Amino acid sequence: MQYHTPSSFDDAVALAKDAQGVTRFLAGGTDVLVQLRADIVTPDVLIDIKKIAGVSDITREGDGWRIGVAVTGAEMSEHDTLGKEWPGLVEAMDLIGSTQVQGRATLTGNLCNGSPAADSVPAMVAAGVTVTVTGPNGERKVAVEDIPTAPGKTSLEAGELVTAVHVPARGKSGGDAYLRFIPRTEMDIAVVGCGINLRLDGKKIVEARVALGAVAPTVLLVEEAANAIIGTELDDAALEALAEAASAACNPINDKRGTIKFRTHVAGVLAKRAAKIAYQRAEAAS
Amino acid sequence: MIHVNTKVNGDDVEFLCDPRETLLDALRDKLGLTGAKEGCGTGDCGACSVTMDGRLVCSCLVLGAEAEGKEIATVEGMAEGENLHILQEKFIEHAALQCGICTPGILVATKNLLEKHPEPTETQVRYWLAGNLCRCTGYDKIIRAVMETAADLRKAS
Repeated sequence: MQYHTPSSFDDAVALAKDAQGVTRFLAGGTDVLVQLRADIVTPDVLIDIKKIAGVSDITREGDGWRIGVAVTGAEMSEHDTLGKEWPGLVEAMDLIGSTQVQGRATLTGNLCNGSPAADSVPAMVAAGVTVTVTGPNGERKVAVEDIPTAPGKTSLEAGELVTAVHVPARGKSGGDAYLRFIPRTEMDIAVVGCGINLRLDGKKIVEARVALGAVAPTVLLVEEAANAIIGTELDDAALEALAEAASAACNPINDKRGTIKFRTHVAGVLAKRAAKIAYQRAEAAS
Repeated sequence: MIHVNTKVNGDDVEFLCDPRETLLDALRDKLGLTGAKEGCGTGDCGACSVTMDGRLVCSCLVLGAEAEGKEIATVEGMAEGENLHILQEKFIEHAALQCGICTPGILVATKNLLEKHPEPTETQVRYWLAGNLCRCTGYDKIIRAVMETAADLRKAS
């Protein structure tokens, strides 16, 4: 295995383009190194992107944020303002793994690992986060929901990598939340995850995005669920319609962590709870 | 082989490692620092906990090559000569260990916790240590030792 530490994304792309065999980019390594050890993926070329300037910075971008691709969960949680504007996003990232894992794990890694159960991904989708993808043919901006294509697979082409994460401006009267179900209290993988982001005009919801994790081969952006609460004050009828739409969108697997029936039901329950939290946060920000 | 220059427990050190070699392997096999243990090798158990530039990490999830230019702290750096760190003393006092395999990782993790949060709640300690597994199920004594250390350190400061 070759190990490279390029000092620019251009160099990283050039290395990846010319690489023979299996190539992996290394940020926090909490998935790459586990797969390496378990002989699931043994890269021929490992490109560590942490020496590239700016990758560990969280900076303002307009009224939104640019999160460097090596920024860790711990750094997001410790940030003064990010979590005040986007508590759901920061909490979702913070749910991943232990203190030790938080010291290394990144949003970009969680996204590119391609797990349908990745906690930060539904929160990013709900928030409307986009990423810059850089490759041999230049740069493109891609919505987070368009990155995963199947378990462990992404839409990134050979030689491409995510080079920045863009979080939109929070704006007025907005709130987000992410909840997951796990059978333990900590250190577990989501059986179902739900991220919701909404905006109020007075008491009425005028914008909403609802995303579900671990209930389909990829994260789901459920428009029907968002439509169920847009135009409402999140009354009981709206909550029921939201739960129904969320459950209807599920296409989960049966496994030891949750049956199809359980996951489908819990998706609706979590959607209701997350919507209430997001609504309260939006009210508090009004 | 990769030539790595790093600092461990305040000392400049260098070693040669294969690119696939973890920091844990480098510490144990190249530098003879066997305090960090390999439990799972996949970041679940925390027995290999060390700090890198002040950040708590599983050394099994860090490549040796990634230690270049960093400052690593392991359990070997906690005591000053014959004088144990107060956390080590409290762990002995409370018998907060049985087989001891998890202990170095838990000591490193709790030292890092108390540096960042000198007044942790019990819940905070338990969540902080969620990634440090003790298969002798000695958690309660560990938590008591940590809480008492925190209280003593506050009194002393």
